[in-house]
Parts: sequence; structure tokens; C-alpha cells
Amino acid sequence: MLRTEKLSKYFGGNQAVNSVDFQINQGEITAIIGPNGAGKTTFFNLISGLHPPTSGKIFFEGEEVTNKRSYEMAKMGIARTFQTTKLFAGATVMENLMIGHRLRTKSGFWGAVIRSQRYRNEERACREKALQVLEFVGASALANRSVASISQEEQKRVAIALALSTDPKIVLLDEPAGGINADETSNLAELITKMKNAGLTICIIEHKMQMIMKLADRIMVLNQGIKIAEGTPDEISRNETVIEAYLGGGAHAQAH
Amino acid sequence: MRFVPGSKWVVAALFFVALAIPLLTDNSYYLNMLIMVFIWSIAVSGMNIIAGYAGQLSLAHAGFFGIGAYTLGLLMVKAQMSFLVSLAVSVVLTGMVGAVVGMISLRLKGHYFAIFSLCMGVILSLVIEKWESLTEGVRGLLGIPVPKIGSVEFSTLTSQYYLILFFFVLAMFVNRQIIHSLVGRTFISIRNSEELAESLGIHAMKSKMLAFVYSTVLAGLAGALYAGYLRFLGPEIASIEHAFEMLLYLLVGGIGTLWGPVVGTALVMTLMQWLQSWQDYRMIIFGPILVLIVMFLPHGIMGAFAQLKKNQPSVLPDTTDDKNRGIERGVNDRRLAGGESDA
Ligand SMILES: Nc1ncnc2c1ncn2[C@@H]1O[C@H](COP(=O)(O)OP(=O)(O)OP(=O)(O)O)[C@@H](O)[C@H]1O
Ligand SMILES: [Mg+2]
Repeated sequence: MLRTEKLSKYFGGNQAVNSVDFQINQGEITAIIGPNGAGKTTFFNLISGLHPPTSGKIFFEGEEVTNKRSYEMAKMGIARTFQTTKLFAGATVMENLMIGHRLRTKSGFWGAVIRSQRYRNEERACREKALQVLEFVGASALANRSVASISQEEQKRVAIALALSTDPKIVLLDEPAGGINADETSNLAELITKMKNAGLTICIIEHKMQMIMKLADRIMVLNQGIKIAEGTPDEISRNETVIEAYLGGGAHAQAH
Repeated sequence: MRFVPGSKWVVAALFFVALAIPLLTDNSYYLNMLIMVFIWSIAVSGMNIIAGYAGQLSLAHAGFFGIGAYTLGLLMVKAQMSFLVSLAVSVVLTGMVGAVVGMISLRLKGHYFAIFSLCMGVILSLVIEKWESLTEGVRGLLGIPVPKIGSVEFSTLTSQYYLILFFFVLAMFVNRQIIHSLVGRTFISIRNSEELAESLGIHAMKSKMLAFVYSTVLAGLAGALYAGYLRFLGPEIASIEHAFEMLLYLLVGGIGTLWGPVVGTALVMTLMQWLQSWQDYRMIIFGPILVLIVMFLPHGIMGAFAQLKKNQPSVLPDTTDDKNRGIERGVNDRRLAGGESDA
């Protein structure tokens, strides 16, 4: 569904992502793991159009999308969350989510001024979409809360809802379980499974190995910008290169 | 703006007061003052759209005011065109110059945009001042005819008052519709985080262009009304001092609030009138006031008002009508920094 070919990103001399060939298959949960600074987030930034790659190519549904900007990628159906949870501060959850569906609306200046029929339909569609994704992530009660007043875990849910409100085909999740406790992590894993069951394709960056081993259909391991392994969770947990280069003894044990 | 339960009634009441004022008084001092407040409020509300809502602080807006004013003046004086046609052309031309300036300057972010827009403002005011063969330069453009629409002549102060009130109400209506809409929310999302907005499929440049062009149209409209009212123009109306005055009105009233521009303009202009004999020193007074406001009332008077209301339990049940309150209150702290990337 999404494929990269020798995708690279250099920041000056720093090869953050180095010639990565990678594929996200429709309907699967694909995980990207690797030590801090391995280039995981940078890889997301490339395939979501936030940064232009230094070299290499990106294909989405057979079409080359290498130099598309992030708003174009979002329109094509690639949604993402950010490692440091990003929401529109100072607004309510509902207001955040309504903006999330804005890309599927067409009304412009005049439609808004005269409140045309289409405008009103589209505003209703945004509101309905917002309520729908809130329910999906189990956060309906938060609709009218200010995003500043909700907990870290709730913010993560809302950030996922925000990604879902764009009507995506692929959702990229950057460390969705960062900074939340074990219970919350298992709830989150449930939510991700639910997203998969709803037909979404998911790509997830995560350090919590237990969760990844359970969730992922396929895993790619990055180290210093280079793909060092790719395979099923089973294959990855037995892969000697991965164990040496990244997992180390402790994490190895944890993975089993 | 729905920060107060029943604020609709306040607006309606004020509207009727505004309609009735010429019937209650023919004191030309007050009428003139109100006309000036309406005119500058329109311009400041334009600045508010781009700076307060879309988060791109533009200091070029006195220049756009000047373009609107001089276009109307020149068309009426030198091309003998009618008032309404000249007004329409002024507004459209200002918007077109705005589109060109926006296309160049909106590529810059945050402070760079502000500084660049300041330079654009200086250039626009210099063009008006130095292009003497067209604008008469510092001699000023004299003899703008009395505005006439059909057979109605706007020669009296009262008739001018109603003419300008009409455009003021129209501008505020359009502002309200935009601010409380998906379009306005889109502007706010860019102010909040351009990066997040783009990741949600919002073409930030396109939205900023819309906000900028509309904001220059408002400034141009204000300028054109000013020219039709005063009927002479000097290049100083486009000067950078006026841009800073507009910013002062906006900050005092409340940047990023619907009525802030009107409240700020009315209040500061009235104060300035009182302090007129101190003309040379007034910035010594307003400087510190501005510093205090930015420090203690970052959302200006209307923002503080909204905050106050928010802290009191509302007596009304939450209705869908209240849907915009959060955005109004939540005037973001980074609104002056522009939609800078916070990766
Ligand atoms: N915008 C940027 N400018 C310069 N260097 C960057 C930028 N973004 C990332 N880098 C560098 O690229 C490398 C990879 O960073 P990246 O954030 O992709 O790692 P990561 O795998 O997501 O790490 P973590 O697990 O800590 O989130 C790092 O050396 C980082 O300093
Ligand atoms: Mg990262």
C-alpha cells in the first residue's frame, strides 16, 4: 500500500534515514522499532510529507508521492500522530476534531459568510465525524472539555481521534504509549486492534516491546538510520543482529 | 461572539443606539469621533483577522489603508468616477496588491513575516509619498468630490455617519460569520500549530492567503471610506506610525477576539482625543500602557472579559450556540509569534 525505495534523509552530515526499502501492507499493523535516535520519527516525517527526502522514492497505492507535502498526503489518506502529543491548545476537544475533518470539506469564504446549504451540511458532517471518532476511541465524555484540562492518556486518545477524523487509509502512530502506565497501555493496544479490525492500516513506532510483539504483523528494525531487520515478531525476537545491535540481553528477555 | 450569555442582545442594543445617535445629537464632535472609530475599527478588524486569527502579525496594513484611500481619491478626482464604482475598485485593487504582497511575504514565518510586512508597509507609504505625479505627494490630494449614490448626496455629517455605519456593520457581520465558521477555525488552527494543521490536510499557505487578502480588503475599505469622508488625503495616513497605532488598538481591545478591534479603537481614540494637547507626549503614556497590557492582559479587554465570564458559572445551560466560546477564550499565547513550527 505504501512503499519506500532507498529512502534517505540527511541532516547535514547526519544520516538520519539511510537508504531504507520498506513496505506497509494494507490491513496490517506494521511496527518500526529501534533505539533512540535511530531515525524512526524522521522516517515518519518523510512518509507523511513533513520533510522532503534527501533521496529515494515513496509510493502510495502505486503512485509516486515522493515530494508531496504533508497536507497532500493527509488528503490522500495518510494520517499521523506526533511523538510529543500535538493538539490545538486553547480549544475544546470538539473544536480540535472538527478541524480534523476540514480537509474533506469544500466550503470557502463565501459559503461561510452566507451559511450556504453546502456549508451547513459540511459543518454538520464535521460535527458528526467528530462525535463518531470520539466514540470510537472511547472519549465521548470529553467532547466539550478544553484539551489543556484532560489527562495525558486522554490527550493521546484524542490525538488518535484527530488522526481518524481525517478519514485516513493509513494511520501512523509515533509512540502512542509513551509516558502512560501499564493499564492505559493495554487499553491503547485494544484501541489499535479495534482500528485494525475497522479496516485501517496502521504503522506504529513504539518502545514498549511487549505491546509491539503482541500487536504487530510485521516489524522493521532501524538502527542509525539503517534497516537492520524486517520480519514477523517471532523472527525479529530471534534475529541475532537485532538482539546484538539493539535489544540487548534485557530487552531480549522481555520480548519473550 | 458568545462569551457572555445574551451577548447577542448587547450587540443588538448597541446597534440600535448607533442608529439613533444622530437623532439624539447633532454635535459634530461626537459624530466625527464615532465615524473615525467606525473607519479605523474596520481596518483594525482586518489586522485582527490576519494577526489575531491566522497568527501572522502584519504591520503593512496602514499601507493597504493608504492604497484604498488613494485609489478612491484618485479615481474620483482624476477619473471623475462615481463613488460606488471607485469604492468597489479601491477594495478590489487593495485586495489584489494584498494578494501579491501575501504571496511573497507569507512564505516567511513568525517574526520574519512581521519584519517583512513592516518593510512592505514602509515601501507602500513611500510609493504614495514619492509618486508625486500621481498622488500629489506631500502636497496632498485635495478636492475629492462629495460621495453620491444615485441621487443621494452624502454631504452632511449625519448622512456620512449612516453611510459609514452601514459598511462598519457589514464588515463586522462578515467578520462574525467568518470567525465563527470552519474557515475561521482553520485560521485559528494555523495560528495554533501550522505543522499540525498541515498534517490534517490543511493547505496553510492557501488559508493564510485568504486571511491576508481579506484583511487587506478590510483595510482598503476603511481607507476608501476615510477618503470619501475627509475628502482630502495626505501620505501620512499610510505611514508606519498608523500601523503601530492600529496594533495598539488591537492589543488594548483584544487580539483574536471579534469585538476587540472595536473596543480598542473606541477606547484608545477617545483617550487620545482627551490627551490631544499632549500630542507629543502621548506615546510616552501609551508605551507603558501597552507594555502593561501585553504583560497582564495578553488577550486585551475583551479577552479579560471573556476570562471573567468563564470563571463564573454560567446560568444558562450549555447550548450548541455556545460552541464557539472555547475558541474565543482560548486566544493562544503564541498568536503573535505566528504559526511557527514547534517540532
Ligand atoms: N529536524 C531535524 N533536524 C536535524 N536533525 C534531526 C531532525 N530530526 C531528527 N534529527 C536527527 O536525526 C536522528 C534521528 O532522529 P529521530 O527523531 O528520527 O529518532 P527516533 O528514532 O525517532 O528516536 P526516539 O526513539 O528518541 O524518538 C537524530 O540524530 C536526530 O538528532
Ligand atoms: Mg522518535
